[in-house]
Amino acid sequence: MSSHAEEKGRLWGLLAEYETVPAVLEAAARVRDAGYRYFDVHTPIPIHGLDEAMGIQVSRLPWLVAGCGAVGASTGLLLQWWTNAVDYPFIISAKPYFGLPAAIPVTFELTVLLAAIGAFVGMLVANGLPQFFHPLFRLERFRRASNDRFFISIEARDPKFDPRATRALLESSGGRPVLEVEG
Amino acid sequence: MSAIPLDLDNTLERPGERAPLVLGKSDLASITEQVCEIAERPRPSREWWLAFGTSASLTFVLFAMLGYLFWTGLGVWGINQPVAWGFAIINFVFWVGIGHAGTLISAILFLFRQKWRTSINRFAEAMTIFAVICAGLFPAIHVGRPWFEYWLAPLPNQMQMWPNFRSPLLWDVFAVSTYFTVSLMFWYMGMVPDLATLRDRARSKIRQIAYGIAALGWRGSGRHWHRYERAYLLLAALATPLVLSVHSVVSFDFAVSQLPGWHATIFPPYFVAGAIFSGFAMVLTLLIPVRHIFRLESLITPRHLDNMAKIILATGSMVGYSYIIEFFIAWYSGNPYESFTFLNRALGPYAWSYWIMFTCNAIIPQLLWFKRLRQTPGLLLVISIFVNIGMWFERFVIVVTSLSRDFLPSSWGVYWPTWVDLLTFLGSFGLFFTLFLLFLRFLPIVAMAEVKSVVPAAGLELGPHRGHGQYWGEIPHQHDEENER
Repeated sequence: MSSHAEEKGRLWGLLAEYETVPAVLEAAARVRDAGYRYFDVHTPIPIHGLDEAMGIQVSRLPWLVAGCGAVGASTGLLLQWWTNAVDYPFIISAKPYFGLPAAIPVTFELTVLLAAIGAFVGMLVANGLPQFFHPLFRLERFRRASNDRFFISIEARDPKFDPRATRALLESSGGRPVLEVEG
Repeated sequence: MSAIPLDLDNTLERPGERAPLVLGKSDLASITEQVCEIAERPRPSREWWLAFGTSASLTFVLFAMLGYLFWTGLGVWGINQPVAWGFAIINFVFWVGIGHAGTLISAILFLFRQKWRTSINRFAEAMTIFAVICAGLFPAIHVGRPWFEYWLAPLPNQMQMWPNFRSPLLWDVFAVSTYFTVSLMFWYMGMVPDLATLRDRARSKIRQIAYGIAALGWRGSGRHWHRYERAYLLLAALATPLVLSVHSVVSFDFAVSQLPGWHATIFPPYFVAGAIFSGFAMVLTLLIPVRHIFRLESLITPRHLDNMAKIILATGSMVGYSYIIEFFIAWYSGNPYESFTFLNRALGPYAWSYWIMFTCNAIIPQLLWFKRLRQTPGLLLVISIFVNIGMWFERFVIVVTSLSRDFLPSSWGVYWPTWVDLLTFLGSFGLFFTLFLLFLRFLPIVAMAEVKSVVPAAGLELGPHRGHGQYWGEIPHQHDEENER
């Protein structure tokens, strides 16, 4: 990720700190409108409206979850039909080898199980987590991103990135302080 | 920002106004400090060691009993013919029922936008995980030869046989293991941002590494939060039918059989209501002392206790209604075996257990109609313990009375637990409390990121409120109008 930090040698990007939710929302919208693509907002809480302010596309995670659920449902049905009615059919309590009502609980559980794993693992993979090191972790100040402060980071690899102009944008949007992040 | 007075009565309903869910100082940093401080104390208190020592000893008793059981065989238990289920299944249903509150709070209340859940969901979910661990133990040891447990899974084996998917007992294997897995993922995922907070505050190398690994490198990224919230909503939507299904499937273990007193269509909803009832009771039993010991009164306010008490009252009334309607149906069905079973429950040799159950579950929780009682933590604690006792006896009544006297008087029997049964049950409490005390010691016991998003510092009061969930209205900024055009 940081291998493209070319402009200023080892500069990874800039980090600006904000104190309140409205301030960071407004600043994020300004960074978005300035045409930056490789920027991010770091907040201790999920902020509704941040998606629009950052211009994030709606996640396609629900489709993955639906797909996983469909796999779970068909696995459940096929497993029960094949094991109890085809591969090893045996009569018990005069029940049919395969009956849909009796197959519903296991089918339902496998649907939920696979869909839930899809949601959890899909979220982590799409987010690139776990990622134990990130250049931002170098900054002592960034530790407040999980406590009570809001940050915007703009990466140096962004085509619009210019150390001075970008800093000016962040400062004019109310970022105090604006810090350099080493790659 | 002015702090809300700690003694404010936030249980009042004022139309058009939201009751504050956090009292006292409620800026972001003070919530972090208040919750993290508990997991950051250099050494636990003497009371913690005392509680931990007791529960760890009981856990040792549990493992000793398991060793004795495996060494000697199921004969050390009180089970017999006809009562082949006994304590193991009673305890299983008891623990898995308790395990319903956590995911109900985290999933169903999330979908219904009940924001008061944020202060208690972490706690209740942890309790769920530990209760389901205790629950899973009992069927596993009840099979008698636990080294053949893999027969329950559809694994190819040398006998070329498959499990019988037409049996509710196998449905239960899938239901409980799915519930455990999904609850664990839900719990852990909710905890990741808070683990990142603990990582960022950690001073020692060991804590930095341990919380660093657990936090997965979370850095509060807006892009991450977006997918995270999506995934959380999806998990809540998936977990909601799951919560309702688990105890329904557990009830199928009974209802799909032919036995009088078990073979009833009321079982799934009756079991689910009972599970939520007992789960909330256990949450209160644990929460009230913890709230007091760790001074969490500002986060877990009278309103939280009041709401939980109301859920206990509602589900307790449903359970009480089920008890009564079972009698009506037994009479109305005209089935002599069914009628006998219920008369036997109320008047037979196990009548004492029936009346303990009825008093604890159907009568005592009715006290919660009084607001004053809902707001007296000490009394709530006592009532919640009665509910725990009553719900254990409910399962005792269902399992033992129906099995001990079924259709033919010649096959009737009597069941009494042995000392091994009793110590194993006691030991399961040891396991539960050991895990719980470790949770209190090392993990964030309140979902900080979620609580922070319901306090005014999160910007709730700014802009038009959208009226659902922790949302902050439109972005105060001119470019939005251009985008819409």
